Amino acid sequence: MSDAAIVTQGLRRAFGPIKAVDGVDLAAPAGTVLGLLGPNGAGKTTIVRILTTLLTPDAGTAQVAGYDVVRDAEALRSVIGLAGQYAAVDENLTGRENLDLVGRLYHLGRNEARRRAEEMLERFELTDAANRTVKTYSGGMRRRLDLGASLVGRPQVLFLDEPTTGLDPRSRFSLWDVIRELVSDGTTLLLTTQYLEEADRLADHIAVIDGGRVIAEGTTDQLKSRVGGDLLALRVVDRARSAEAAAAVADLGSGAPQVVAEAGEVSLPVREGAALLAEVVRRLDAAGLEISDLALRRPTLDDVFLALTGHVAEAAADDGEGSESRPARPAKMRSNA
Amino acid sequence: MSIAAHRPLPRRRLWWTVADAAAVAKRNLYRYIRVPPLLLFSTIQPVMFVLLFTYVFGGAIQVPGVDNYVDYLMAGILAQTVIFGSTQTGVGLAEDMTKGMVDRFRSLPMARSAVLAGRTLSDTARNLFVVCLMLVVGFLVGFRIHTGVIPALGAVALALAFGLAFSWISAFIGLSVRDVESAQAAGFVWVFPLVFASSAFVPVDSMPGWLQAFAQINPVTITVNALRALTYGGPTTRVVLQSLAWIIGILVVFVPLAVSRYRRAAG
Repeated sequence: MSDAAIVTQGLRRAFGPIKAVDGVDLAAPAGTVLGLLGPNGAGKTTIVRILTTLLTPDAGTAQVAGYDVVRDAEALRSVIGLAGQYAAVDENLTGRENLDLVGRLYHLGRNEARRRAEEMLERFELTDAANRTVKTYSGGMRRRLDLGASLVGRPQVLFLDEPTTGLDPRSRFSLWDVIRELVSDGTTLLLTTQYLEEADRLADHIAVIDGGRVIAEGTTDQLKSRVGGDLLALRVVDRARSAEAAAAVADLGSGAPQVVAEAGEVSLPVREGAALLAEVVRRLDAAGLEISDLALRRPTLDDVFLALTGHVAEAAADDGEGSESRPARPAKMRSNA
Repeated sequence: MSIAAHRPLPRRRLWWTVADAAAVAKRNLYRYIRVPPLLLFSTIQPVMFVLLFTYVFGGAIQVPGVDNYVDYLMAGILAQTVIFGSTQTGVGLAEDMTKGMVDRFRSLPMARSAVLAGRTLSDTARNLFVVCLMLVVGFLVGFRIHTGVIPALGAVALALAFGLAFSWISAFIGLSVRDVESAQAAGFVWVFPLVFASSAFVPVDSMPGWLQAFAQINPVTITVNALRALTYGGPTTRVVLQSLAWIIGILVVFVPLAVSRYRRAAG
C-alpha cells in the first residue's frame, strides 16, 4: 500500500458542455494538508465531490485511503469526513442531537456515538450550546458544529470545502486554529479555498486550480518563488493610464509587469527593489503620472495566481458545479503582506 | 488493507438499513416537536375539511342509502388527509437537498435507501397522528363506526399504507424538481384531481359519464370504497384487495424510481 492518502490520475468530469474537472492529477501523502486553491467555478468542489463519492468521474481514477472512489465507494465512506460549503446541520436539532445522529449513521453504536458527540462538543467549544437548537447558533458556531460532525467518525481523510467562506475574520481565525490542531493529530486533510491567505496558512502543499485543471503546484514558498523576488506595487490615480505606467517601468523588473486596470494597479517583480524606488518615482513623474500608492512587498499567493493565470482570482460567471443555490460570496480577497 | 472485510453481510446490511432509516425518521420527527406551529397547521387543515364538509356541504349532498353524511364522508376525509400529508415528503426531501443535508448523508457509510425510507416512515407516523385526531373530531360531529374494532383498525392501517405509497410518489417528485417551492407547488397539483374526482366526497354515479370512467379506476375511489366498507359496512374483501394491489403497484414503480433519483441527486 502506498503512503499517499489521496491520489488522482487524469480525473475528468463534465456537466453538459462545461468541463468542470479536466484532467486532474493530485497526490497527498498521509498526514499532510493539500490545499486546492482557485476562484469560484475552478472545479474545486467537483473534485471534492468525486473524492467523497458524491459524484462519479467521467474518466480517470482516484483513490482515497487506498480505496477506489468508484469501486470501493461504500468502504471509502466509513474512513472519510466531509464538511461542505454550507454547514450541513439540522436547524431543528440541538448541537448534541446533530452530532449523535451523524455518529449513529457512521454505525458507531449508541454509546460510542454519544461519547464522540460529547468529545466534539467540548473540542469545538459548543458544550454550553449543546442543548440549544442549531437555529439559535451563529454562523461560526454552525461551521464548528459542521466540522465536528465531519470528525465524529474519526476519519483518516478529511475534506473541507471552503470551510471559512462567509465567516467574519474573527470566526475565520479561530477556525484556522481548530483546523491546524486537528491535522496535528495525523489526519490527512484536503482543503479547498479561494482565500489565498487561507491556503498559505494551512496547507503543506498547494494545487492551484483554474478552469478544471491544476495550473501550478508546490509549497507556498515554491509558488511564491515563481513570481521571482519582491514585488513593487503601485497605484495610479488615473486608472485609465495604468498600462502607460506599466510600460514606463517595465524594463526595471525581473519579469513582466502585471496590470489590474480596474484598480489602477501595477505590480512588477523586482530583484533589488529598494534601489529602484527612486528611479520608478522619477520615471512616473516624468511621464506625468500621479500615483496614490507605492510599496515594495513580499509576494502573496494572490500575486502568484495573477502571475500564473494573468487574471486575478475572481469568481467565474457560472461555476457549472450544480450549486446554483450557493450563497453569494466576495469575488476576491486581497491579502496584505 | 482488505476491502472485502468492509463489505457487510446481507443480514447485517438489512439491520443497518432499518437502524439508519429509524435514525433519520427520528430526526425528521424532531421537527414537529421543535416547530409546534408546523404540526398545528398541518392538522388544522384536515380538521377544517371535516367541519366544512359536514356542516357546509353536508346538508346539500344527498348520498342514496346513507342517513348520516358524516358516516359516508369520513372514509373520504381519511384518504384525503393521508394524501395531502404525503405531499410533504417531497417538500422535506427537496429541503434537505438544498440545505446540503443530502450531501452529508450521501457521504456517510449509511444505507443509501435509509434517507428515503426514514422520510416516508416519519411522514407515515405524522399521518397516524393526524388520522387519530381526525377520527376524534369525526366522533364529535356524529361519525360512528358501524362495523367493529378490527375492521376500523384495518381502515386506519389501509389509510396509512395508502399514504405511504403516495409518499414515495411525492419523494420522486421532490427529488426531481429539487427546490422547495417547486416541490410545494408540484406536490399539490396532481393530487387535486385524484382526490376530488373520486368517491371521497360524493358518489361517483353523480358525475358526468366521462369523469365516471376516470373516477372508477382512480386508486383514491377504490381505497375510499375500501375504507368505507371497513367503517360503514358492505362487501369488503374485493375492494380491500383492489386497494392493496394499487398500493403495491405504486410502491413497485415509485420506490425504485425515487431511489434512483436519490442516487443521482448530485447530477
